[in-house]
Amino acid sequence: MAINPDYLGREYPAPEVYEVTRGKIREFAEAIDDLNPVYLDRASAKAMGHPDVIAPPTFPVILGMAGSALAIADPDLGVDFSRVVHGDQGFHYSRPLYAGDVLSTVTRITGIKALGGNELLTLETVAEAADGEHVVTASMMLVVRGS
Amino acid sequence: MSRLKYDDVETGATIPERTFPVRRLDLVRYAGASGDFNPIHWNERFAKSVGLPDVIAHGMFTMAEAGRLITDWTGDPGSVVDYSVRFSAPVVVPDDDQGAEITVGGKVKSKNDDGTVTVMLTARSAGAKVLAKASAVVRLA
Repeated sequence: MAINPDYLGREYPAPEVYEVTRGKIREFAEAIDDLNPVYLDRASAKAMGHPDVIAPPTFPVILGMAGSALAIADPDLGVDFSRVVHGDQGFHYSRPLYAGDVLSTVTRITGIKALGGNELLTLETVAEAADGEHVVTASMMLVVRGS
Repeated sequence: MSRLKYDDVETGATIPERTFPVRRLDLVRYAGASGDFNPIHWNERFAKSVGLPDVIAHGMFTMAEAGRLITDWTGDPGSVVDYSVRFSAPVVVPDDDQGAEITVGGKVKSKNDDGTVTVMLTARSAGAKVLAKASAVVRLA
C-alpha cells in the first residue's frame, strides 16, 4: 500500500477543543514518573511565575492525537497503521501549556516521501488558545515500514 | 527548586547522565495517559507479528525521560521553547520485572544571543543509540 501523495497539505481540524486540566497533567506526569511540583502543585507553579500548573514538555503529543487519528484513519490516504513506527518528534513552544487552557488544534500533512522501502509521513499540529495566541506546534514523522 | 541562570551556563558543559527504568507496566500506564494504544507497545504477539523483536517502548516515553534531564537541569519545565528528537532505534522492553533501562546525557552546545541555550542530548538502551539529533532550546533568566 502506498501513501497518496495528493494528500500533502491536507488539514484535519480536531472536532473539539482540548481542555488542559490539572487532573490530566497529573496523570501524564505520573505516567512518565516525573513528579516535578510545577506539574502538580499550583503554589509551586506560581512561585515559578506561571498562572497555574504547567504541562510537561511532551504533553502536547496528546493534542495531535485527534487530528492525526483522523488522517491515519482516512482510507484514501492509505496508511497501514500496523506498520507504523514513530520516526521523529519535535515541539516548538510560544509558551507552556497551563491548566485551564482551552486549545483548538489543526493537524496538517506537511511531508510524504519514500525512503529505502519505507514511507515517511509528517504531520504538524498547531495548537492555539481561545484568543488565537499560538501556544505550541508539534511535528511528528511516522515511518510506515515496507513489508 | 532553584532556577538555572543564563550567566551560570558554559558552552561545552555536560549534564550528568541519568538512567531511567522502563517496564511493561510503565508502557501500559503511558498508553493510557497519552492515548497511544498501538499494540506494539504492550502486545508481544502483535509486535513479533509485525517483525519487531519484542514489545518496544513508546518513542514518546523515551523522549519524556530525556526531557527530564533538561527540565530538572533548568529547574523550570516552562523554560523549554524547543525540543526535538529522532528515534534511531527501538527500546526493547522484555516481559520481566527489570524491563529495560534508558541512559540519558546532555551537553551545552551553544549560548544564543536571544538568551536561550541549546543542549544536545544522548540516549542509549542496551547498547543502542535510541535517540539521534536530540536537542532542546531553553530560555533562561
